[in-house]
Amino acid sequence: MARIDIDHIRHAYGPNPKAPKDYALKEVHHTFEDGGAYALLGPSGCGKTTLLNIMSGLVEPSEGRILFDGRDVTRLSTQERNIAQVFQFPVIYDTMTVYDNLAFPLRNRGVPEAEVDRKVREIIAMIDLEKWSRRKARGLTADQKQKISLGRGLVRSDVNAILFDEPLTVIDPHMKWQLRSQLKQLHRRFGYTMIYVTHDQTEALSFADKVVVMFEGETVQIGTPAELFERPRHTFVGYFIGSPGMNVMPAAIDGTSARVGSQVIALPGRPAAPSGSIELGIRPEFVRLGREGMPVTIEKIEDVGRHRIVRTRLEGRDLAAIVPEDGDIPADPRVAFDPAGINIYADSWRVDYGSAA
Amino acid sequence: MNKTWNNRAWFMVLPVLLLVAFSAVIPLMTVVNYSVQDTFGNNQFFWAGAEWFEEMLTSDRFWLAMGRNLIFSFIILVIEIPLGIFIALNMPRKGWGVPVCLVLMALPLLIPWNVVGTIWQVFGRVDIGLLGYVANALGFDYNYVNDPFDAWVTVIVMDVWHWTSLVVLLCYAGLVSIPDAYYQAAKIDGASRWAVFRYIQLPKMNRVLLIAVLLRFMDSFMIYTEPFVVTGGGPGNSTTFLSIDLVKMAIGQFDLGPAAAMSIIYFLIILLMSWIFYTVMTNYDAEK
Ligand SMILES: Nc1ncnc2c1ncn2[C@@H]1O[C@H](COP(=O)(O)OP(=O)(O)OP(=O)(O)O)[C@@H](O)[C@H]1O
Ligand SMILES: [Mg+2]
Repeated sequence: MARIDIDHIRHAYGPNPKAPKDYALKEVHHTFEDGGAYALLGPSGCGKTTLLNIMSGLVEPSEGRILFDGRDVTRLSTQERNIAQVFQFPVIYDTMTVYDNLAFPLRNRGVPEAEVDRKVREIIAMIDLEKWSRRKARGLTADQKQKISLGRGLVRSDVNAILFDEPLTVIDPHMKWQLRSQLKQLHRRFGYTMIYVTHDQTEALSFADKVVVMFEGETVQIGTPAELFERPRHTFVGYFIGSPGMNVMPAAIDGTSARVGSQVIALPGRPAAPSGSIELGIRPEFVRLGREGMPVTIEKIEDVGRHRIVRTRLEGRDLAAIVPEDGDIPADPRVAFDPAGINIYADSWRVDYGSAA
Repeated sequence: MNKTWNNRAWFMVLPVLLLVAFSAVIPLMTVVNYSVQDTFGNNQFFWAGAEWFEEMLTSDRFWLAMGRNLIFSFIILVIEIPLGIFIALNMPRKGWGVPVCLVLMALPLLIPWNVVGTIWQVFGRVDIGLLGYVANALGFDYNYVNDPFDAWVTVIVMDVWHWTSLVVLLCYAGLVSIPDAYYQAAKIDGASRWAVFRYIQLPKMNRVLLIAVLLRFMDSFMIYTEPFVVTGGGPGNSTTFLSIDLVKMAIGQFDLGPAAAMSIIYFLIILLMSWIFYTVMTNYDAEK
């Protein structure tokens, strides 16, 4: 188990990268603490797999260094880094039995057979394939293959870190939930550093202590699920996390208030030196729909069970609000913004509030 | 699924049927016809029954030629299959090396059999051939015309030179179809070079290897042109394979009956061997 420092890593697959768009990873600089459970969250093509492959040594970064517990491992092979990785597309050795598939990483490292047997049995029980143990892995179903692939990542107990690249995509929701809680259990028991790639936010939020959000080859925010929810550092995080995502509208700042169209909205403080294109972001959870505030027109009401999502238009812009299941929706609806939930963005990045005036 | 039956569709198969009839079935039947009759010329034929077959199956001449064929095919397979795999494993997967290697590999396959024979016939000559001359100059007593062992070496090296490429190309096709993810997983799992070969590359090449073994077996078992051009079956009878013997018998001695019987036995053996190979290898495949 180790702390992993990603030191100013940039990576381009093609030769001679020039423009920022040539880079699959623009710049990642971040520390994964020893024993942390991290989720790497981001849309397709944002560089999640690339980052994992750089950590495990399958891809050598164009620039920057990787450190394990302070030791530079950038030029070391995968083998020497001693990392387990579960791939996005399950890989199984289909001429081997399920048992041998799981034993493979251990046997390759010369682990004594008694120890191999103990570990493999434990993992086979965990992924619920005991009945299939002696079967050739060929001809298993897609979800069984994915479980084997996951299991191979978990059999070694001496690894520096375990990297999961969307390991549960084809597994049914119930089993998925079960496996995820078992992963958490393993994490607590052995204290592995775990990094879990997904583009499903519930999966990320339920697995991880800390979530790393990536967007177009950059990490845009690293934080606890609560931080991502309350203080999205980038409008992308606002959109991406939460359902529905954050409402973002162009605004103008005037001291401690913001103007959206003809409406003036009070802010909890004075945004520090905002420049560039200014936007105001507020999550639907902080939009109060009632008889007070700014007039809106209601477009649609979606009932999602626990609450209702009301799609409205404010000053010609879309605005979603969350209303409790039993909350009433007046005939002449108005909205008010809870100041605690308002974030101001300059060129998509969040600006802090200075002292309240 | 809805199938439309239309018996007129059979007419579509007619051309192929005619082609196969004229190119395979009718000649084969002619041979069968010869094999059960005797003739003293004048186009007069007499019923001979299984006589020719008995004669063939009890003659030393037949079994010796057959033995040579089997040994030859065995040696060819033992050399060409591992060598082909080895070369395929070491061919580049990307970059400019790929087309270069593929063209180099394809070249020997494009040369007609008798030309290959002629090339080696000249190449091996002790007076003017590069190989023969150099070998003798270096003190090797190499002469394929006098020495049966040298004749065999020449014929085998020639076949390896001519046909290993086929194995290489088939294996290479199997290898390039392996996704990168497998090699990545193997690295993570700490697999050795051997383990990668045994558990990733070999299983992927299984099917193409089956085809390669079958093709090389049948082809080498039927070998005719090259040894005929190079050694003419000699020295003595040392490189007289079944096919060469067959031609000697049919054209040289004009023994149509025994020659026909021999062709049929020859044909049945190839059919049987191919069937055995195929069943064994596909069963092996299914078991895994
Ligand atoms: N081997 C490669 N060669 C060239 N470009 C690549 C390669 N692998 C990835 N890329 C590019 O790098 C970028 C990042 O890819 P990456 O696979 O890391 O994304 P990802 O976040 O894992 O996406 P997904 O969620 O679809 O798996 C993409 O634009 C992709 O096209
Ligand atoms: Mg990916």
